[in-house]
Amino acid sequence: MGKISNEELLNSIKAKFESEVSNVTEPFGLLTFETSRDNIIDLLTFLKTDEKLQFIYLTDITAIHYPESDKQIGVIYHIHSLVNNVRVRIKVFLADGDVHLPTATGLWNGANWMERETYDFFGVVFDGHPDLRRILNVDDLTVFPMRKEYPLEDPNRVDKHDFFFGR
Amino acid sequence: MKNHLVFEDNDPQSELSTLNLGPTHPATHGVFQNVLQLDGERIVSGVSTIGYIHRAFEKIAEHRPFYQITPLTDRLNYCSSPINNMGWHMTAEKLLGITTPKRVDYMRVIIMELARIADHIVCNGVLGVDTGAFTGFLYMMKYREHIYEIYEEICGSRLTTNIGRIGGFERNFNTIAFDKIRKFLNDFPSVLKEFEALFNRNRIFMDRTRDVAAVTAEQALSYSWSGPILRATGVDYDVRVMEPYSSYDEFDFEVPVGVNGDVYNRFLVRNEEMWQSMRLIEQALGKIEKESSEIFHADVPEFYLPPKEEVYNNMEALIYHFKIVMGEIDTPKTEVYHAVEGANGELGFYLVNDGGRSPYRLHFRRPSFINYQMYAPMSRGMLLSDAIINMSSLNIIAGELDA
Repeated sequence: MGKISNEELLNSIKAKFESEVSNVTEPFGLLTFETSRDNIIDLLTFLKTDEKLQFIYLTDITAIHYPESDKQIGVIYHIHSLVNNVRVRIKVFLADGDVHLPTATGLWNGANWMERETYDFFGVVFDGHPDLRRILNVDDLTVFPMRKEYPLEDPNRVDKHDFFFGR
Repeated sequence: MKNHLVFEDNDPQSELSTLNLGPTHPATHGVFQNVLQLDGERIVSGVSTIGYIHRAFEKIAEHRPFYQITPLTDRLNYCSSPINNMGWHMTAEKLLGITTPKRVDYMRVIIMELARIADHIVCNGVLGVDTGAFTGFLYMMKYREHIYEIYEEICGSRLTTNIGRIGGFERNFNTIAFDKIRKFLNDFPSVLKEFEALFNRNRIFMDRTRDVAAVTAEQALSYSWSGPILRATGVDYDVRVMEPYSSYDEFDFEVPVGVNGDVYNRFLVRNEEMWQSMRLIEQALGKIEKESSEIFHADVPEFYLPPKEEVYNNMEALIYHFKIVMGEIDTPKTEVYHAVEGANGELGFYLVNDGGRSPYRLHFRRPSFINYQMYAPMSRGMLLSDAIINMSSLNIIAGELDA
């Protein structure tokens, strides 16, 4: 489909960030890998500005919470090279209590609200963000509701428990 | 209030005035708040507040089996719910590895393109209303009604359609539905032509919309715009062409692009898209005739609800019915991103599955949310009346904005 294959793409990323790319997978043909907090902005800048790759389009920023693992919060970037028609998914995992990540607003203006949404729901603090406030939830909320420890409904209710089939 | 807005320029001697546009202002067609600072009629700065109808769909989706998530997607962009429904079904199908028969793909194309037309009818009609021409809106509204009647014939409901199932449709299109689609294709072109004749070269309309809120392609891409408003800036990004889903690659259609991304260009792009949608529906009707008329879903008993008669009389069907309804089907542990071209742009579903009953994480990439963030910055220096029609032409749907 795309003009450059995932292998080619991965090689050109690895040429610059050899030791910083881990857990490479390709679910449904979409190249996915993890990187570290220190490299994420450099990596995004490289992908965006490289003449051949041109990942100029930020599709989405979101996060995920794995309460069982050491690094609980994962921030997930989907970026898209419109010229080559290739997408890539980059993940950065962060330990709870130190959920800081540099902002991508310097690269894309559109990252602003996506990061605010991620902050609002997962508490990821994007350092250097110009206006990191809650966006969809009320300002007075003290928790980050998409984290797994917060139940959908009042946990004291028993009438809705499904003891046979789980969640 | 911790995050209460405080403007730097609070000097009572200053001539700036603050205006609360929204949250329920009739000119904004939805629940949006913009606190604007005005110098006369010119906007000096603005701050958007959103989230008034946030319903935590992503959280709810973590507690629902796949088939119960479809009604949630209805309520994102409720002007074109079928596209959201299909987008979700295709995401689930991609995850589960289901390939749908060609006829299902064509049926989906018909429904999705009808939804696109319905959405654009509202958007362009309302743009006319905001520039002072009610007639076009009322003219076109009748045809949105006809589209809703087609939905009704196919799935039984009109606005929040919950149309189709994972694997196909819950029932076949009946002859009345086909008749209604053909009648719509027959009647609508003359009305759309009249609508275009009313606006396209109308001096008042052109004066009000040309060069208003013009956006360059670079700005639009930097703000991750997608859909008709991105194409109005001259970028030919359309998910239907870039990553064809539902057999769009077999169809012959054009992606209209604009020149300078102003309100007038967006209007023209949407009008042209309606013509292209009609072309697509016509081709799909032709292709459907060549397929066996009995097929309306994929043959995947473990994911597709069996008909009720079989559930009562057939043990296998009963087991599958039970397993599907209780969400006890085995699903692969992986993640998938699937995007469809919604009426407002790239509608993406990012689904992380852990093999459980419901998604581990489901994120909606909502075009309205992402398109809207440029609104306040781009309003700076604009006249208030231009900012209103700018909002109409962005076609921000509150349900999709707030999820």
